[in-house]
Amino acid sequence: MTTKHLEKINSLLLPVCFAGVLLVMYMALGWAPLETTEGHVQRIFYVHVPVSWSAFVAFFVVFVSSILFLIKRSEKWDWLAVSAAELGLLMTTLSLISGIIWGRPTWGVWWVWDPRLTSTLLMWMIYVAYLMVRAYSSEAGRGSRMAAVIGIIGFADVPVVYYSVVWWQNIHPQPLIRPGNLELTGSMALVLLTSTIVFTIFLFYLISRRFLLEKATSELAVMKRTLREEEQDARIAKIKIDRAENK
Amino acid sequence: MEFARQVWTIVWKDIIVEARSRQIVAPVLVFAVLVLVIFNFALSPTSSNIPQLAPGVLWVSFTFAGVLSVNRSFVLENENGSILGLMLSPVSREALFTGKMLSNLIFIGAVELVTVPVFSVLFNQELFPPMLLVVLFLATSGFSAVGSIFAALAINTRFREIMLPLLMFPVVVPVIISAVKATEIILTSSPAGDMIKWLEMLVAFDLIFFLIAAVAFEYVIEE
Repeated sequence: MTTKHLEKINSLLLPVCFAGVLLVMYMALGWAPLETTEGHVQRIFYVHVPVSWSAFVAFFVVFVSSILFLIKRSEKWDWLAVSAAELGLLMTTLSLISGIIWGRPTWGVWWVWDPRLTSTLLMWMIYVAYLMVRAYSSEAGRGSRMAAVIGIIGFADVPVVYYSVVWWQNIHPQPLIRPGNLELTGSMALVLLTSTIVFTIFLFYLISRRFLLEKATSELAVMKRTLREEEQDARIAKIKIDRAENK
Repeated sequence: MEFARQVWTIVWKDIIVEARSRQIVAPVLVFAVLVLVIFNFALSPTSSNIPQLAPGVLWVSFTFAGVLSVNRSFVLENENGSILGLMLSPVSREALFTGKMLSNLIFIGAVELVTVPVFSVLFNQELFPPMLLVVLFLATSGFSAVGSIFAALAINTRFREIMLPLLMFPVVVPVIISAVKATEIILTSSPAGDMIKWLEMLVAFDLIFFLIAAVAFEYVIEE
């Protein structure tokens, strides 16, 4: 797939995303029935679940493209990895914030050290470190390689963290309300499904936009370097000519 | 056999360097004990709540001390450019990683072996519960495996002292959870049945982290 194709798909996706988000807003805020026990607060669920899902999809993309980058050493996998990581981090942040806002009125607490919440928080931290390593690496090429290793280990670590917290709780049950399962009616499930599809498309739109930006940035850096080298060569050549003339 | 010999050569080299330069174990030990002192004032433990607080205090101290120790072990290689020598030496990357991991295990283990009795004296506990040795060994192995790969990774970044814990702590959490829980069972003399489960978990985490790190190490130190 060339850049042109990607740009074309992108320009088609933008109106789809825009319409989709409007539709989801209408469905979630107006059309979906009022949940009997939680009331209107429950509607945050139609954002919370899709962003959490998108975060996971994005990190899966990071995982796969990190592996491909280490095997094939093609820059484009690195561009894809960093794009997906940034958006995954954004989605995880939204997931954590919406979860906290939802938790307070429903469970009476902002936060529970429950397996899902704990592993999400640690996942967030792993990908913050992922982006920091890229930003602080001593050489750009090394940063990509180091980040790829973190992208792989970090993703593999999330289920390990999850199960270790499950065990931690099983042995020491916490005296708190556990996130219960909502009774989903048919129309609620439909809203959730629509919202998840829209958010996933939106995620891919954003990732591909970010990918094109990363590609342009990297190509610009190469251009600048060649230009600088050419300038330098010209300067050296000029000095040589001057010296020859002086003789 | 060849593999074991190569690993041992690297471990022995690290032990000799440490014996002559004394850069890791002594300062890290002092740091670990200082963390205990800080906790004494932060939590003001009494004889009744100490068994509940102790596992957390011990493992926070070991985690902080451990990250310093692991960092030192690679900064030393990097400062003198000896990491290039290691990479050029005719040993596989897996042997190199295993050697580095074992020498980290030995240095952190040495710190822990002294910190535990100091802790017990300061907080009036049993001097050294023998089962704690098993927990220390298993948890520190996992910690060193994760620590060695991330320390090798962090030397490629600026601000490496802060990058290492940022990278390492989120990943190593499962090991810390199991270690704290197993230590709690030992110190509160709870039934040992639960502890076996935690020890099994530690073994499982050690294997997972060791395998992933040993494979990934190749990609971290290549030039």
